[in-house]
Amino acid sequence: MTILKVSGLSKSFGGNDVIRGIDLDVAKGERIAVLGASGSGKSTLLRCLNFMEMPDAGTITLDGKVVGRREAELTLVRQRIGMVFQQFNLFPHMTALGNVMEGLRTVRRMNKADAQARAERELARVGLADKAAHYPAHLSGGQKQRVAIARALAMDPELLLFDEPTSALDPELVGEVLGVIRSLAEEGRTMLLVTHELGFAYHVATRVIFLADGTIHEQGTPDEVLKHPKKERTQAFLARHKEFSL
Amino acid sequence: MAYQWDFTPVFANADLLAQGLVNTLKVTGASLACGLVLGLGFALMRLSRQRLVSWPAGFVIEVFRTTPPLVQLFWFFFALPLIAGIEMTPLLAAVVTFSIQSAAFFAEVFRAGIVSVERGQWDGARAIGMTHGQALRRIVLPQAVKRMIPAFMERAIELMKTTTLVATIAYTDLLFAANEIAQKTFRPLETFTVAALIYFVVITAFSLLARQLERHLAVSGESTVH
Amino acid sequence: MHQWDFASVLDNTDALAVGALGTLRIFAICLVAGLSFGLVVGLGRYSQRRVFYWPATAFVEFFRNTPVLVQIIWFYFALPILMPFSISPLAAASLGISLNSAAFSAEIYRGGIQSIDRGQWDGARALGMSFLQAMRRIILPQALKRMTPALTNRAIEIFKMSTLASAVAYVELLQQAKLIASLNFNPIEAYTAVAVIFFVFLWPLVQLTYVLERRLARDE
Repeated sequence: MTILKVSGLSKSFGGNDVIRGIDLDVAKGERIAVLGASGSGKSTLLRCLNFMEMPDAGTITLDGKVVGRREAELTLVRQRIGMVFQQFNLFPHMTALGNVMEGLRTVRRMNKADAQARAERELARVGLADKAAHYPAHLSGGQKQRVAIARALAMDPELLLFDEPTSALDPELVGEVLGVIRSLAEEGRTMLLVTHELGFAYHVATRVIFLADGTIHEQGTPDEVLKHPKKERTQAFLARHKEFSL
Repeated sequence: MAYQWDFTPVFANADLLAQGLVNTLKVTGASLACGLVLGLGFALMRLSRQRLVSWPAGFVIEVFRTTPPLVQLFWFFFALPLIAGIEMTPLLAAVVTFSIQSAAFFAEVFRAGIVSVERGQWDGARAIGMTHGQALRRIVLPQAVKRMIPAFMERAIELMKTTTLVATIAYTDLLFAANEIAQKTFRPLETFTVAALIYFVVITAFSLLARQLERHLAVSGESTVH
Repeated sequence: MHQWDFASVLDNTDALAVGALGTLRIFAICLVAGLSFGLVVGLGRYSQRRVFYWPATAFVEFFRNTPVLVQIIWFYFALPILMPFSISPLAAASLGISLNSAAFSAEIYRGGIQSIDRGQWDGARALGMSFLQAMRRIILPQALKRMTPALTNRAIEIFKMSTLASAVAYVELLQQAKLIASLNFNPIEAYTAVAVIFFVFLWPLVQLTYVLERRLARDE
C-alpha cells in the first residue's frame, strides 16, 4: 500500500537545480536508504517531502490526497511525517521531557498529564527515561539525537525522515543512535534515511536509492545497489567509501 | 566670600521632588512597556518578506533613529494635535514619542535576537507541525529574548535619561519639579545638584542591576546580542 | 483636514539658516571637545595606576548615569553661582554635551585599546618604544579602526543632543523652529521642517555607520 507518492519533484536554489524531477513511491513498512555524494540533493529531497523546503514543481500525495500549500495543511502533514535532523535541533530552553512534550502540548493541544505520560514512554523507548529532567546542554550528542527521535515519535508519524542522523556524532556515539533506528525498523516503521553508514543501510533498508545530480540514478534492493551496482557513478561512489563493510 | 550652601529649602520641598521622581518613573515605565510591544511588532514587520509590510516599519525605524528625540517630542506635542484634531497632554505626548522612539531601537534588538537563533530551531519546530506563529512564540522568542536582555536594559536606562525632555513641555517630572523649586527658593545650585544626585543614584542602581543580570546570563553560558 | 502651508516656513529660511549654523557650531565644539577629552579619560580608565584610574572611573560613572539635560541645566543655572562670571547658553550646553560624550567615548576608547592583542605591545616594547610611543604609533592606529563605527555613532548622538541647547535658549535649529512657530502660528510646518532638516543631515551619517560596521565585520 503506497502511503506517499512523489511525482515530478523539482527544487532549485538561486538558479542551481538541486532536485530535477524526482518520482518516488513509498509503501507502508518500507525502509528506504538514500545515498549520494554531497550536493547530490539528498537532504533537499527529504526536506521537500515534509515541505521544510517548498518544492518548485511536482506534487506530493499523502494517503491519496495531494498536499496543498496552505500553512494549516502543511502543519498537519508535518505531524504525520516525522523528521530527525543531523544537528538534532533540540530546543535548548526545554528539558528532554519538555522537548518531547512540546509537539503534543502546543500542536496537538493534549492536556499536560497525558502529554507527560506519553513523552515519558517515548523517552523510555529510546533508553533515556533517566534523563527526562536534563537540558540538552547536559546531554551527549548521542543522547540528544535519541531525544530528537523520541520527539518525532511522540507525534505518531506514519513516516519518519532521518537526515544524516549520525553525521554530527563522535564515532563512539553512532552505535546507540543506530541501535534505536534499528529497533524502529524492527517494529515495521516506514522510514526514509539519508546516511553515509552504508553497512547500516545494507542491513536495515528494504530499498536503496542512489541520487546523483538531483535525480534517482539507480535504485533497488540493498543487494542490487550496494553489492552489484550497475551504473558507473554508483560504483565510483561506493569505491570511495572504503570503510563500507557489509 | 565663599558661597553659603543651604539645602534646607530643597528638603522642605522634598514632596515635590518625590512626585517628580514618580512621574519620571511613570513616563519611563509606560514608554518601556508600549515600546517593547510596538518594537516586537516592528521587528516582525521588518522580517516579513512582503515589502508592503517591511518597508513602512523600516521607514518609521529610520526616521525615529535619525531625528533628535526633542524634535520628535515637540512635533507630537505641538504639531500632531493640530493635524489630528485631538487634545494632547504633555504626558500623552511624552509616552507616545518615547514609545515609538524606543520601539524603533527595540525593533533592531528584537530583529538581531530573532536572527541570532539558528535556523535549525525553526526546522525543529516546524518538523513537529508547529505553525510559524507557534514556532516564534514557543521556540524562537524565548531563546532570543534571553540574549536580548542586556541590550534591553541598556536601552531602558537610556530611556530614563531621555524622559527629562518632558520638562521642556512642562510635564512635572523630576527635572521640571527641580526647576520649579529652584525658581521658588532662589536656590538653583542646591536644587539642581540634589536633582542630579537623585538621577545618579536611581540610574546607577538600575545599571548595577543590569550588570548583575548580564553576569548571571554570562555564567549560564548564554551569548548576547547588542 | 489640515491645509499644509510650508510657504510660511520658507519665508523664514534666513532664521533657519542661522539656526543651522548654531547647530553646526555646537556640534563641532562638542565633537572635538568630547571625543578628545574622552580619549584622555579612556586612557585613565585603561591605566593601572590608581591616581588615573579612579578619577576617570568616577567621571565616567557620574556623567553616564545622569541625564545630559540635567547637566546642561546645572551648568547654566547652578554653576554660575560658584563662578565669578556668567555662563552663556552655548558654554553651558557645550559643557554638558561634551562631558557626557567624553564619558561615553572614553569607554569606546578603552574597549578598543583593550581589544588589541598583547603581542602588539610586546612587539613595540621589544623595539625599545616607550609606553606612549607604543600607544601612539602601534596600538591607537589599530584600535581606532575598530572604534570608528562606535565613534561615528557617538557623533550622531552628539548631533541629536545639540537640540537640548534650546532648553537654555541657545539659538540652534529647534530654537528657531519654536520662534517661527510662535510668530507664524504654524507649528506643524515649522517642526516638520526641522525634523526633515535633521533627517537630511543625519541620514548620510547613519548610512556611513552601517557601511563602517559591515566593513569592520568583513575585515576582522
